[in-house]
Amino acid sequence: MSNKESTSRTLFVALAVSLVASVFVAGSAVALKPVQIENRLLDKQRSILAIAGIGGDKLSSREVKDLFNSRIKARVVDLNTGEYNDSLDPVTFDPLKAAKDPKTSAALKGSEDLALIKRREQFTTVYMVEQNGQLESLILPIRGYGLWSTLHGFLAVKPDLNTVVGLGFYQHAETPGLGGEVDNPKWKGMWPGKTLFDDSGKPIIRIVKGGVDPASPDAGHQVDALAGATLTSNGVDRLMQFWLGEQGFGPYLAKLRQQGA
Amino acid sequence: MSKHTAKEVLLNPVFANNPIGLQILGICSALAVTSNLKTALVMSIALTLVTGFSNLFIASIRAQIPGSIRMIVQMVIIASLVIVVDQVLKAFAYSLAKQLSVFVGLIITNCIVMGRAEAFAMQNPPWISFLDGIGNGLGYSAVLISLGIVRELFGAGKLMGIEVLPLVKDGGWYVPNGMLLLPPSAFFLIGLLIWGLRMWRREQIEKPAFRMAHQVVDKEAY
Repeated sequence: MSNKESTSRTLFVALAVSLVASVFVAGSAVALKPVQIENRLLDKQRSILAIAGIGGDKLSSREVKDLFNSRIKARVVDLNTGEYNDSLDPVTFDPLKAAKDPKTSAALKGSEDLALIKRREQFTTVYMVEQNGQLESLILPIRGYGLWSTLHGFLAVKPDLNTVVGLGFYQHAETPGLGGEVDNPKWKGMWPGKTLFDDSGKPIIRIVKGGVDPASPDAGHQVDALAGATLTSNGVDRLMQFWLGEQGFGPYLAKLRQQGA
Repeated sequence: MSKHTAKEVLLNPVFANNPIGLQILGICSALAVTSNLKTALVMSIALTLVTGFSNLFIASIRAQIPGSIRMIVQMVIIASLVIVVDQVLKAFAYSLAKQLSVFVGLIITNCIVMGRAEAFAMQNPPWISFLDGIGNGLGYSAVLISLGIVRELFGAGKLMGIEVLPLVKDGGWYVPNGMLLLPPSAFFLIGLLIWGLRMWRREQIEKPAFRMAHQVVDKEAY
């Protein structure tokens, strides 16, 4: 055997170890990929169902899939014009990927960027819950920066496009126990029934500190801030303003209102 | 070279030579993932497996590894194992993988794994090295799990996400200590733990590295 410390031996060991390791890593990544993609999709579908208030909390993966496919319709919307774009398949279209691509997104100016997301995609996917061809609720994807992380979630509204059915975030990394309480069912339970817009169609929903006074005329569009999580609460407040405003779903919601009227 | 017995390499790292308690390694993840028991548990399992198997593989090829590139070879093996663990978690425990996020990946840089590879696996046969890795993983797990229990129980009134102490805000009696959910609290807890461990096992107290000289001239103070 040649000397262990020789250059050729060193190169050989380095190559051999790298080769074995890369086969190992690539193999596991490729083998597990389908399961992972499935999981990610399921996680999203589960949160959409939960926010729309369909089914219970303890659905099996099968039930989630069946319920989602039978009750929920997805469509791609052009956020600039507010029109549907049916040339894009909502199943394969990924709005978050589109938001990173300069061709399918636009940079936001500082003053416009309430949600602190830097770029907004031109097309996004909305979800509709329908019963006998009638819209039951409309589910809009929302996201924005809190304290540590971008919160990704959905907002479900009634067909009047003003009353909240539910709100929830399926991905964030806020402080557990403080900002992380955006996941607390009790806090999420305060959202349904709140109204989003004033008479002129401007977003009016706010998160207020120190508790909502139920006697106040504004109580219908105010939600309690999270205790000990001012920055996360502000983040949620700002992302609501953004996605309900002109830069977000404003044009789309206006179109829908026109069609409804 | 001294002979190691299986029992010794498995159990010593838990109390007598705890990687966190005595060697003060792996503190970063001990702060980050112990705000609840579930993530602490998964992290413990992941690290124990990685340490065990990296020791096993490194010990099996230790005679072939040239000294000049031994660190990078260890690193490649450890990194591959961590990526596999991360992929498996993403596939079979998606919601937990989401919570652990970057910390699974950071096992790569966890000093315990590297430390055991360099200090033990490079000089010992595969089987005993494997046990040594598992043992050190257990030592790490013991600390993580205790921290996880204390932080989740007193910080959120729950264990494994199940309510144990009913919180005032949900109509119960317990006012949670929110600071326990923040990383700095783990520093205090680890400090207390190390103090407790060294009170119990006096031999772990280190000799002072130097002695402070007495102040002889009173001008020193100004």
